Amino acid sequence: MENHIVPFVYLLYVLALSVFLGFALISRVPPLLHTPLMSEANAISGITIVGALIAAGSMDANSPLTIFLGVTSVAMATFNVVGGYMVTERMLKMFKSKASHAPEQKKG
Amino acid sequence: MNHISYINIVYIVSCVLFATGLKFLGSPETARRGNQLSALGMLLAVLATLSAHEIISFQWILIGGIIGSGLGAFVATRAAMTQMPEMVALLHGFGGLASVFVDWSAYYNEFVHFDIMRIPAGNHAVMIPAIYLSILIGGITFTGSLVAWGKLSERLPGKPMLFTGQREINMAAMAAVLLLAIPFFMHPANNLVFLAILALSLILGVLVVIPIGGADMPVVISVLNSYSGLVACTTGFVINNVLLIVVGALVGANGIILSYIMCKAMNRSLNNVLFGAFAPAKKKSTATAKGEVKPITPQDAFLILEAARSVVITPGYGLAVAQAQHAVRELGELLEKNGADVKYAIHPVAGRMPGHMNVLLAEANVPYDQLVEMEHVNPLMDTVDVAIVIGANDTVNPAAIHDKSSPVYGMPIVETFKAKTVFVIKRSMASGFAGIENELFYYDNTRMIFGDAKDVVQKLVAEFKSK
Repeated sequence: MENHIVPFVYLLYVLALSVFLGFALISRVPPLLHTPLMSEANAISGITIVGALIAAGSMDANSPLTIFLGVTSVAMATFNVVGGYMVTERMLKMFKSKASHAPEQKKG
Repeated sequence: MNHISYINIVYIVSCVLFATGLKFLGSPETARRGNQLSALGMLLAVLATLSAHEIISFQWILIGGIIGSGLGAFVATRAAMTQMPEMVALLHGFGGLASVFVDWSAYYNEFVHFDIMRIPAGNHAVMIPAIYLSILIGGITFTGSLVAWGKLSERLPGKPMLFTGQREINMAAMAAVLLLAIPFFMHPANNLVFLAILALSLILGVLVVIPIGGADMPVVISVLNSYSGLVACTTGFVINNVLLIVVGALVGANGIILSYIMCKAMNRSLNNVLFGAFAPAKKKSTATAKGEVKPITPQDAFLILEAARSVVITPGYGLAVAQAQHAVRELGELLEKNGADVKYAIHPVAGRMPGHMNVLLAEANVPYDQLVEMEHVNPLMDTVDVAIVIGANDTVNPAAIHDKSSPVYGMPIVETFKAKTVFVIKRSMASGFAGIENELFYYDNTRMIFGDAKDVVQKLVAEFKSK
């Protein structure tokens, strides 16, 4: 953001700790949920939307090229965010334990 | 505090929500709440960014946002669970290209478009290498994912595509893109060099994925997943945004872990999966399996199943192809009603992406407590009465344990051969992805039920019902 530049070294600090956090969190996800994990990762990688919004909405979007880049990047990043979260939700809804299955089977 | 600090505080909340979301994915009970928290984090990040003073017009954002969310919602609600690998590949590709375009627009405004007076967006010594890496990784992610998507959706042939001189062409393209870093770092304002790097990266993405076969797609998808994280990360360095770096690192770590798990489950190195098609073909095992194949009818198989007290079903990608998951669940339920303990043994590389089988069976209403990982089911295999192999082949081949000359040697398998009886449901005696014969089919305790997986399972179900 304008005249508020985070020094490179601090960015590296954040990177190093985030990689560590990522390994710690993701190695605990059971193989059972690896497909939803991947689609969730898709959804959060849509965080590029933060950059896309600035590209499409700031005064930088003033030539045909920058407008094209801005609009398409917003569209694709939103595709990732919306598609990713919705499909993850859809999948996770399907995972039911035996206990939660029982009432359903009675009517069948 | 100024407005930027407020925005950054919201970004921190978003990061915490993303991390919590991933933590909650550690158990199926909390996973949904995790996904919702993560989505809330994303919403907050978007709202905070929209409030930034730099954003002066909303029309382009609105247009892009409407197109993106419309398409995203459409694809997410329509995609069948068997198509999940394709959908994920497509998401990787779009994520990669979105980042490339963000970098491109940052690059254009900072280095090419001189006519407006503006404050530099960042430190050029950081921006230039970051732009270079973003374009390279993002370009490869985009076209590589499109090729993977084509292969998974069978719009492109699933077999490795090879041509003479392919290795040399790949090397040359790689070398060219690396060499272009020099003029780019020296004269970043040269638009032509930038475009050449972008074009070569796009070509490289195609070149690296076409020689990889369909069965290795779980690895390719995982690798592309980590690339899509890396490119978000480098984009964070380009536009000086901490949130992108954190999330990019989380996604990158995810891809690396999944690639590692997939490679381990195939007992191959990442190098071998990605570049294996170029290596001279391994000498195939010459040992022909001994014994004879003993076919059995579904009627006779039913008599054995009826007496079974414990049954382990081992599915493979063939189950998805035959769309047999619902029939299998019905069979599992009937077996349970009959007093048998039923489990599903899931090999990590069964299917076309990590966890694919679990999602298919969950969709068919199999409770997740019955979906058991290979490592947990193998120690109990001696006590199992009947193991049913449906649409799996290499992942149950005992040669992986003892035949050092076999190409699958060393790969962990679901040890179905230890069960008292093994049923293998298979169309014909054709070999699996590895192109080798499966000696399991010739074992004394193995009975082959020939036919389409869905047909056979439905026949077994019918036998149970007419009992």
